[in-house]
Amino acid sequence: MTMRHAMRALGGILRREMLRLFGQKGRLAAAVVRPLVWLGIFAAGFRAVLGLSIIPPYETYILYEVYIVPGLAAMMLLFHGMQTSLSMVYDREMGSMRVLLTAPLSRWWLLAARLFANAVTALPLVYVFLFLSRFWEVQPPMLGYVLALPAFLIAGLMLGAVGLALSSLIRQLENFAGVMNFVIFPAFFASTALYPLWRFEEVSPALAIVAQLNPFTYAVELIRFALYLKVNLFALAVCCCAFLGFYALAVVGYDPGRGFWARRGAE
Amino acid sequence: MTALFVQGVSHGFGRRQVLSDVTFSIPPATMTVLLGPNGAGKTTLVSLVTGLYSAHHGDIQVFGHSMREAPLLGLAKMGVVFQMPTLDPDLTVSDNLAYHAALHGLSRSDARERERIELERLGIPDRRLEKVRTLSGGLRRRVELARALLHRPSLLIVDEATAGLDVASRRLFLEHVRILCQEGISVLWATHMLDEVAPHDPLLVLHQGRLCWSGRAANLAAGTSLADAFLWLTGGSK
Repeated sequence: MTMRHAMRALGGILRREMLRLFGQKGRLAAAVVRPLVWLGIFAAGFRAVLGLSIIPPYETYILYEVYIVPGLAAMMLLFHGMQTSLSMVYDREMGSMRVLLTAPLSRWWLLAARLFANAVTALPLVYVFLFLSRFWEVQPPMLGYVLALPAFLIAGLMLGAVGLALSSLIRQLENFAGVMNFVIFPAFFASTALYPLWRFEEVSPALAIVAQLNPFTYAVELIRFALYLKVNLFALAVCCCAFLGFYALAVVGYDPGRGFWARRGAE
Repeated sequence: MTALFVQGVSHGFGRRQVLSDVTFSIPPATMTVLLGPNGAGKTTLVSLVTGLYSAHHGDIQVFGHSMREAPLLGLAKMGVVFQMPTLDPDLTVSDNLAYHAALHGLSRSDARERERIELERLGIPDRRLEKVRTLSGGLRRRVELARALLHRPSLLIVDEATAGLDVASRRLFLEHVRILCQEGISVLWATHMLDEVAPHDPLLVLHQGRLCWSGRAANLAAGTSLADAFLWLTGGSK
């Protein structure tokens, strides 16, 4: 495997994912409208009842909309990651996964390339949402948008790796909806996307612990801090470790001797 | 050098043994037919040869490269047309081929040139910008063949690629593969259709995971028809 070959393959995978994403107008629209609905309707109702104290990275009192935008951006990455996982299962069912897995490249690289493509294709959608959220007075510093780029990539890689690992465990496309419900909703609601951790601690210490153990919380916090020109090193470390862990699981899951393909014939 | 060497390969899923001690070799520039009824283990064997599964026992070598020790070198020399369709139906023919070319490390210009050549040879140069979803089954198969040849493989694996095609499409597909063989490409053609076997073809008969005959097709059919001989071998008839 030469570097040139590996990079050409990465480019090919990225191009294919872009073509597929931008060919699905409904998915594109849903990806942007979903967080806008949360921002425009859910946040509007909650800002009246939910007071927020000053918590890092914010240095003053903030609107609830300002608080939830990083969480909604992370939600977009979460949905995008799961959608990619779904497309992996779809590719497997439809046969096109075989083309990927019989390429003369290491499987770990092919999976990493797929993850990278997933994270990159989510970026335009997230930035469109961030741009639109400015109309709700969510206006982080312009430099924050730049600093948030690596945060989006890292969070996207981590959430994509979760989806990839899941896709290696799912046997049929039909099973995917159930898995989505058991992953997306608990990950999103039991995180700091909608409420700060101290709110959880007030209401339910047990839930606060769950939120602290939830890797999605750290994706949200990594993005939140980056948007306001700060680096949350702990969140960064957790995201990187979670990425490596889930990615390793995915590599094992797609191993020809141990993973899905080895079990498949037994179905 | 032997194009494909399969030695003592056994494989199973759970307690079910699918292949037992399969050994054969494919010389260069020949079309070897792997014939077997449904469920004989042909697709599992193809999956092992293409590295989708890892064989529990035995060794597979592609032009001397062990698929266990150096699978990437083996895969680089191999083109595959799978039994199930593997094109992305939402992309155009050209995009599907470009994707495959990138996975095999071809530059964009080389990929475009190879795409033009292969589509022309298969008589479908005017379809390159059409979405795969809009193509007939026969055309899709031709695109899959063009894709498998894009990176100039030395060994072509074709797994029941003509199943479900009409007579004309089957004949066209088979004839094209035979021409490729004359040009120096080694072919492993897995099928359950007896009319795809020519008398001079090297033939492997697989039944219940075991290789039960290997030799020229004409030798198997000597004194009887190929169908009768095949049924006798596979227990379909006395």
